[in-house]
Amino acid sequence: MHELALCQAIADTVSQRAEGQIVTRVEVRIGHFRQVVPDSLLFSWELLTAGTQLDSCELAIDHVPAVIDCRACGQMSTLDLPILLCRSCESSEVTLVSGEEFLITSIDRTREVC
Amino acid sequence: MGRFHHHADGSVHEHDHRDVGDHSGYADTGTERVTVLETILAENDRTADRNRSDFVDAGVTTVNLMSSPGAGKTTLLKRTITSLSGQLRLGILEGDIATDLDAYELEGLGAPVSLVNTSAGFGGECHLDATMVRSGLGRLPLGDLDLLIIENVGNLVCPAEFDVGQHSCAMVSAITEGEEKPLKYPVMFRACDVVVINKIDLLPHLDFDLGLFLANVRAVNPKATLIEVSARTGEGVDEWRQWLVELAHRRVSAPA
Repeated sequence: MHELALCQAIADTVSQRAEGQIVTRVEVRIGHFRQVVPDSLLFSWELLTAGTQLDSCELAIDHVPAVIDCRACGQMSTLDLPILLCRSCESSEVTLVSGEEFLITSIDRTREVC
Repeated sequence: MGRFHHHADGSVHEHDHRDVGDHSGYADTGTERVTVLETILAENDRTADRNRSDFVDAGVTTVNLMSSPGAGKTTLLKRTITSLSGQLRLGILEGDIATDLDAYELEGLGAPVSLVNTSAGFGGECHLDATMVRSGLGRLPLGDLDLLIIENVGNLVCPAEFDVGQHSCAMVSAITEGEEKPLKYPVMFRACDVVVINKIDLLPHLDFDLGLFLANVRAVNPKATLIEVSARTGEGVDEWRQWLVELAHRRVSAPA
């Protein structure tokens, strides 16, 4: 629902980092526990960038699974729902290793070739 | 990851190994991959920090109150204004996509109210962000307040992602919404320090399993304070009032 606002934030940062060059691709890293619907983000990106400097700039989404590390048994588990219990021993003594990422990781800039 | 290196123009950046073969002046493809590693909401977070620092300077404790539409935020706030009267100086920042209906309901109860309509965004933003909150702060006498409650737009998804500069997040969840909501909207339930369970006067009339709901909240957020209220009858509202008073006092005695 807020994907359009996120795309605006991404576009603002990308434009700042473009340094006058054409940005052909931007990669974002989004954890499983963030409430982002990839298709909706891509749709919003197209909508928002159409007719701007970022028209036809590709948005690449690097989806990071939610992983917890159990301090009780040492097992790592990948979670679908954010119920922070070890899948092996059901201990709640767990640390979230990944799944809350929300980053713009890189941009590809092209300098006009003469 | 790649290596950081300098360019003639003084910029420093990093490349992945997989990209850019020829890097001598971008002669061929002329494409370079630049590492950014900035959080998507960095700009919002910077504004939120500015808001927070203004709150600290003014000595105001700020609560971001969230819920789905119709959970009873505004009714609870009316009770809250009345019950805090004479104890804490309360201000309200009211966020709504459109209309001043909620703001109108809260007017005249003894707390200053600042309305922020989000419809100026893309046909109505579904959440308040830090900049929108900032735009409404000028209409509040911050220096004369002890507590500011920001009533966010009714929505269980988006408001949880946007820091607005609050010291604490609270949510209202009505029992009419069903027991499964914490599992369906875990980010919201995880973000909150307190969950106010509203409309408990309806318990005898519904099939709602309170025990199951509480277990679901605990599954996603083991630490949240849980307060059962009926904003309609006033039952339990005193416990909520007390939670707010303690939050404000804790912050005054140990400012950030």
